Amino acid sequence: MTDSEGGPDLTKGGGPTAETAGDGPLVVVENVNKHFGELHVLKDINLTVNRGEVVVVIGPSGGGKSTLCRSINRLEPIDGGTILVDGKELPKEGKELARLRADVGMVFQSFNLFAHKTILDNVTLGPIKVRKQGRQESEKHAMELLDRVGIANQAQKYPAQLSGGQQQRAAIARSLAMKPKVMLFDEPTSALDPEMINEVLDVMSGLARDGMTMVVVTHEMGFARKAAQKVVFMADGQVVEENTPEEFFTNARTDRAKDFLSKILTH
Amino acid sequence: MEQLLDLLDFGPFFDHFDTILEGFWATIRLAAAAAVLSLIIGTVLAAFRVSPIPVLRAVGTVYVNVLRNTPLTLVLLMCSLGLNDTLALTFSSDANTSYYWWAVLGLSGYTGAFVGESLRSGINTVPLGQAEAARSIGLTFSQSLRMIILPQAFRAVIAPLGSVFIAMIKNTTVAIAASYAEIATQMKSLVDLPSFASGTIPLFIGVAVGFMILTLPAGFFSGWLAKRMAVAR
Repeated sequence: MTDSEGGPDLTKGGGPTAETAGDGPLVVVENVNKHFGELHVLKDINLTVNRGEVVVVIGPSGGGKSTLCRSINRLEPIDGGTILVDGKELPKEGKELARLRADVGMVFQSFNLFAHKTILDNVTLGPIKVRKQGRQESEKHAMELLDRVGIANQAQKYPAQLSGGQQQRAAIARSLAMKPKVMLFDEPTSALDPEMINEVLDVMSGLARDGMTMVVVTHEMGFARKAAQKVVFMADGQVVEENTPEEFFTNARTDRAKDFLSKILTH
Repeated sequence: MEQLLDLLDFGPFFDHFDTILEGFWATIRLAAAAAVLSLIIGTVLAAFRVSPIPVLRAVGTVYVNVLRNTPLTLVLLMCSLGLNDTLALTFSSDANTSYYWWAVLGLSGYTGAFVGESLRSGINTVPLGQAEAARSIGLTFSQSLRMIILPQAFRAVIAPLGSVFIAMIKNTTVAIAASYAEIATQMKSLVDLPSFASGTIPLFIGVAVGFMILTLPAGFFSGWLAKRMAVAR
C-alpha cells in the first residue's frame, strides 16, 4: 500500500523544482541563534543538508529540535545567523517568503489539515492557488499522491472523519503536491497511536528511497537507523553531535548523546 | 370587563393595517441593506485587527472602540443632520432616498463594529496550526485569511452573529434620528391620531408581534445554520 514501487515518481521532473536545481547543498544553516525571551533556544547552530539527503534530528524535549525545523521555513523567525535554502537566503516577509515556503514542504505533529475542506481540496489548494495550476491537472496529481500514501478512497472526506495516521498521510500528500525541494517533518508521529506510526513511517521511508531531501525531527530511532544518512543530536539548544546513524547508535562520540541513548534504548 | 375589552380593541389597528405594513416594509429594507453592509464592514474590520500591519490594526481598534461606545442615536444624527444636512453630503437629490442611505450607512457602520468583534473572537477559535499550515504551502497572509482562517471563523460565530443581527433589526427603530421613517415612526404618528384613543395597546402588541415575525426566524435560522456549518475538529 505504501510501498514506493509502481507509484508516481514524486521527486523528479515536472514542477518548478527541476528548473532551479543547482549543485550546492540544499539547506545551509549558519551560526543561527534564537531566543524566546530570556531563553536561548538555538545557540550557534550550523547544519548542512545535501540534495537527496535525509537528516534526522533527535534529542531530549526542549532541546530546540522543533524550533530549528520550523526556522528553516521561517515559521519561527531567527535572531541571528543565516539560513540558505537552495542557495538563497530566507526573505523576511511577504510574497518572496511565501514563494520560498512553497518550495519547502512541512509536516506537523498535529497534522493541521484544513478542517473545513475535504482531503482532496486540502491537497489541491496549494497547487491551484500558489502554483496557479489548473483544477483538473491538480486533482489528477492529488489523486495520484493520495493513492501513493494509501488513502485515495478517503479523498472526499473531511479531516475529522479520518484516523490520525490517515490524516498525517494526507498532510504528507498535501506537502508533496507542491513538489517541494525539501520536506521538513516536525515530530510527524508523536501524536499517533503505535499502530498508526508505522503507516506514516512507511510513507516517509518510501520518500527517502525516492531521493527526497528530508529533515526529520523524531523520536523514532528505528526510522533514523534505517532511512537517515545523517543523525544530528541536539540538546540545550546546541548541536551536540553530528554523525552517521550507524556510528551514532553503536558508538556515539559525546557523553551527552551516550547518556540520552542509554535512557531510550534500554526498554 | 367592558373597559378591558375597550383597551384590547384591535379595530383601529386593522383600520390602519396598510400603514403598518408600509412601516414594516421600510424597516425590512433598512435592515436587509444594513445586514449586508455591516457584514462587509465587520469582515474588513476583523481583517484589519489581525493584520500584520500596525497602521491597519490601529485603524481597526480606533474604529471599533469609537463606534461601539457611541449611542446609535448619535451616530444616526451625525449622519443625517451632520453629514447630510450641514455638510450637504447627499446620496441623491431626493431627500428621502438620501436619508435612507444615510440610515443604512449609520446603522451598518455601528453594527459593523459588533460584527467585527464577533468575527475576531471567531478567528481566535481557529487553531494556530491552520495558519501555519497555510503559510507552509506558500499562501500569502491575505490568501490564508480569505481561504483558511475567515471561512472557519465565520462558521464558529454564526450563532453570535445571529444575536448581533437581531439587535440590529430592533435598532432600526432609532432610524427616525436619521429622518428615515420606518415602523416605529409610523407607530408614533398613528398613536397621535384621534381615532387611536382606544387602540394604543393593540398597536403596541401588533408592532411587537411584527418584530418577532422578523427576529424569531433570524434567530432560528442562525442556530440551524451554526449547527449545519460547524467545523468538525
